[in-house]
Amino acid sequence: MIFQLVRRFTQTLLVLFGVSIATFLTMHLAPGHPLQANPELRLDPTAVERWLQLRNLDQPLPAQYISWLSRMLRGDFGQSLLYNRPVTELILERLPSTLLLTVPAFVLGLLLAIIVGIYVARKQNSWAERLVQIFSLAGISVPSYWFGIVLIILFTYRFPLFSAVGMRTPGDGSFWDIIQHMVLPLTVMIFHNFAYYVRHVRSAVLNVLNLDFVRAAKARGLTDRQVMILHVLPNSAIPIITIATLSLPMLFTGAMMAEQVFAWPGVGRFIVTSTMARDYPVIMTVNLYTASLVAIANFFADVLYLLVDPRLRVKA
Amino acid sequence: MARYKNPGNFEFLIGISLILFLSALAFFAPVLAKHDPFATNTQQWLQPPSIEHPFGTDRLGRDIFSRVLYGARVSLAVGTLSMLLSVSIGFLLGLVAGYFGGLLDALIMRFTDIVLVFPSMLLVLTLVAVFEPALWLVIFVIGGTGWPSVARLVRGEVLQLRTKEFVQSARMLGANHFRIMLHHLLPNALGPVLVAATLSVPAAVMTEAGISYFGLGIQPPTPTWGNMLRDAQLYLRHAWWYALFPGLFIFLTVFAFHLTGEGLRKQLGLTRTTRRV
Repeated sequence: MIFQLVRRFTQTLLVLFGVSIATFLTMHLAPGHPLQANPELRLDPTAVERWLQLRNLDQPLPAQYISWLSRMLRGDFGQSLLYNRPVTELILERLPSTLLLTVPAFVLGLLLAIIVGIYVARKQNSWAERLVQIFSLAGISVPSYWFGIVLIILFTYRFPLFSAVGMRTPGDGSFWDIIQHMVLPLTVMIFHNFAYYVRHVRSAVLNVLNLDFVRAAKARGLTDRQVMILHVLPNSAIPIITIATLSLPMLFTGAMMAEQVFAWPGVGRFIVTSTMARDYPVIMTVNLYTASLVAIANFFADVLYLLVDPRLRVKA
Repeated sequence: MARYKNPGNFEFLIGISLILFLSALAFFAPVLAKHDPFATNTQQWLQPPSIEHPFGTDRLGRDIFSRVLYGARVSLAVGTLSMLLSVSIGFLLGLVAGYFGGLLDALIMRFTDIVLVFPSMLLVLTLVAVFEPALWLVIFVIGGTGWPSVARLVRGEVLQLRTKEFVQSARMLGANHFRIMLHHLLPNALGPVLVAATLSVPAAVMTEAGISYFGLGIQPPTPTWGNMLRDAQLYLRHAWWYALFPGLFIFLTVFAFHLTGEGLRKQLGLTRTTRRV
């Protein structure tokens, strides 16, 4: 098992290294530079040259990569071209607002999915099952920004119940004010998470329900409830925990769509606006940040698997 | 105990009918559209749905129904073409990695891992932002980033298949690598790939609409469902129809392909694997 862990760990490191090269190359092989993002801007060529020099953008690529990598390893992710402030600072500043949405959306969506998923898995081929299946398929098919827009039309304009813009009313910002701003984006995110997780929960439970040891437990005279709690749920928990682990990075990167629609001042919206502004250092950091989180989550999911399921362990 | 019960494959039937219907709308857009999708009419701006304009008009007085029809062309083109691209790349890499194994396999799979850890939306957004947005670029970028899941799938299939007797006997009969891959491995791995291909269309449609909504995709005045939604967002208070219909069509298209993929999966007797090998 140790061997497997070490192997997965080196693979993860290798992937992270590849990620850094990929991010760097994408940004630097692109035609033009950020100052050309707005063609209407007429700039003095010597000023442009000086600007590039100041940011080391006139150096050869490998040299730029090495200096970039070494700066990153020291925790310096550079300055945003747009805000003229450290990228790390800008992201950390927005993280609380993002977590305010993503954490409850994750917890509530998953919880709801577990309850409904287990219920539906037990009632195979019932109407309830078909309905949930169709509903979850529809749920993952709805573009979340459009769902958000429909909610805004209904609950902000037709029936003015909830705010649609930002996190707080200017001049207010009390607890209830924030809650009432959270309702619509949270609805969109919980809906989406539920639709996504419920399919996995259902199939995880279903896979176990049809196994021999469940039949044996029933034959021994255990009640349905006992079979469920003692045999089915512990065994179907593993894939569900894996899916949950794999979606942990989402908590820190936010929901780009939902945040954009509701002008939520979080990381997701920051990613979108910086990308549109061609804020290179931000785009690079954000890509690296997200990809590393995913790679690390993948690693943890694998470790978890080896820990819970001894059958997967291989002797070195 | 496991009595087989076939409740009829409604998913597939409804899904494929919807796809055909939407494709017909896209194909016959010039016939079905009563108005030029680009023709502005400042006298008729933001009109609610009527017989003349079934989906209403937008901020420049353009007919939303006609624009939605032409938008279907863009969405379906992006969806199918990028699917073809990602499936071809994924199939080729997966086949080579699974069949030859060893160093080649390790190299290809680590490369796959790297592409896979970038959230697809962010990756596409970045690439499109860095280059100039255009239709072919959107197709190329979505197709060029969507292949890792197919590559993994094909590799897994090939790993299982290549030890089977019929492959061994083909090899002993003197078939070369190319022949074995083409005649023995490819046809047998086709089922799961078909499902993956069907399911990669809605992902591409969704991504295209998303980046167009962010303003980084296909640029106006070309009508796409995503950039129509972007325009509509400023008029939500007074013109509900402006945002409702383009989004509804994104949903219908994505839903249709998801239903079809799900139906195919059921028909072919494949189970969803929540876990990779």
